[in-house]
Amino acid sequence: MKKLIFLSIILAITSVVALSFKTEPARKKNNMIGMKDSVGSVKAFMAVYKVLMSPRCMNCHPAGDQPLQGDDSHIHTMNVKRGVDGHGVYSMRCSNCHQAENDPGVHLPPGNPKWALPPPTMRMVFQGRTPRQLAIQLLDPKQNGGRTKAQILDHITNDGLVGWAWHPGEGRTLPPMTRAALVTQTRLWIAKGAYVPSAKVK
Amino acid sequence: MITVTVNGQRHDIDADPNMPLLWAIRDILGLTGTKYGCGAAQCGACTIHLNGESIRSCCTKLSRAAGQQIVTIEGLSANNNHPLQLAWNEMNVPQCGYCQSGQLMSAAVLLRENPNPTDQDIDDAMSGNICRCGTYQRIRAAIHRAADLAKEGAKS
Repeated sequence: MKKLIFLSIILAITSVVALSFKTEPARKKNNMIGMKDSVGSVKAFMAVYKVLMSPRCMNCHPAGDQPLQGDDSHIHTMNVKRGVDGHGVYSMRCSNCHQAENDPGVHLPPGNPKWALPPPTMRMVFQGRTPRQLAIQLLDPKQNGGRTKAQILDHITNDGLVGWAWHPGEGRTLPPMTRAALVTQTRLWIAKGAYVPSAKVK
Repeated sequence: MITVTVNGQRHDIDADPNMPLLWAIRDILGLTGTKYGCGAAQCGACTIHLNGESIRSCCTKLSRAAGQQIVTIEGLSANNNHPLQLAWNEMNVPQCGYCQSGQLMSAAVLLRENPNPTDQDIDDAMSGNICRCGTYQRIRAAIHRAADLAKEGAKS
């Protein structure tokens, strides 16, 4: 009888322990949405940062008033300027050379219907920004075009000119991850709290 | 069939919509004042006006011009008397002349938008037009002169 009681107790303890192991991951999964996680958020942002600092994105988010060109992000030849609306000046408007689609061939003008720099009133500079600086800028409606976090995600997910970066025409390298992966990382960054990297992160 | 208006005249062009607009202007319409330079929107020799903007016709598809207003060097003025043309002539700007129609078409947009351009404005507007003869100093001087001529013309 004693043996039976002892075995029952052992079985009960084993069951409780086993169940506790089983339920833990499920609980974690359910609480993942909206759960703040500074480490995970910053990790996701760093993936986003690598894309935004790639030439296909950064070349049209320059620190100066001239667009950049090429994988080495040199200043656009012909001394092209931003202009009052981001579309160039006088006879040097972006759409004078850049069409609604890429011209076929290496070194020919890439194109998109929205081809432009950000306007001087909302410069949205990427070039030279540290991860911390860029994250702060992206989250600040006064510096990000008046966007909420949801609108930032929508911009990255659906904007046609953003999408050009993955169809840049011949001879231009792609951003370091797919657009779908970028959307996933942006969503994670925001969902985990939209944390800003520390100044030490480079 | 693609309908375009060039220098005020309507044309129905039976050609591939992907044909460079420059080809249609030169080879189909016979307006050879606009030149082929690089074919890559790098030099400005093929500059024309599309709805008033100075586009590079070598990299612009014919389809973009459908239903639009085109002006070429032949249509810049009725009697070669645009202030820029008068100033160009007065100051003997061209050397070989190959790039000059493109130069004039770009300068025309500058003067339309800024009747009193500074040297910097001229540099900003004209830096997409290359001149292998190096007539840049005369181009700049002639644009200033054309601005003066336009003001004198407005007064008289």
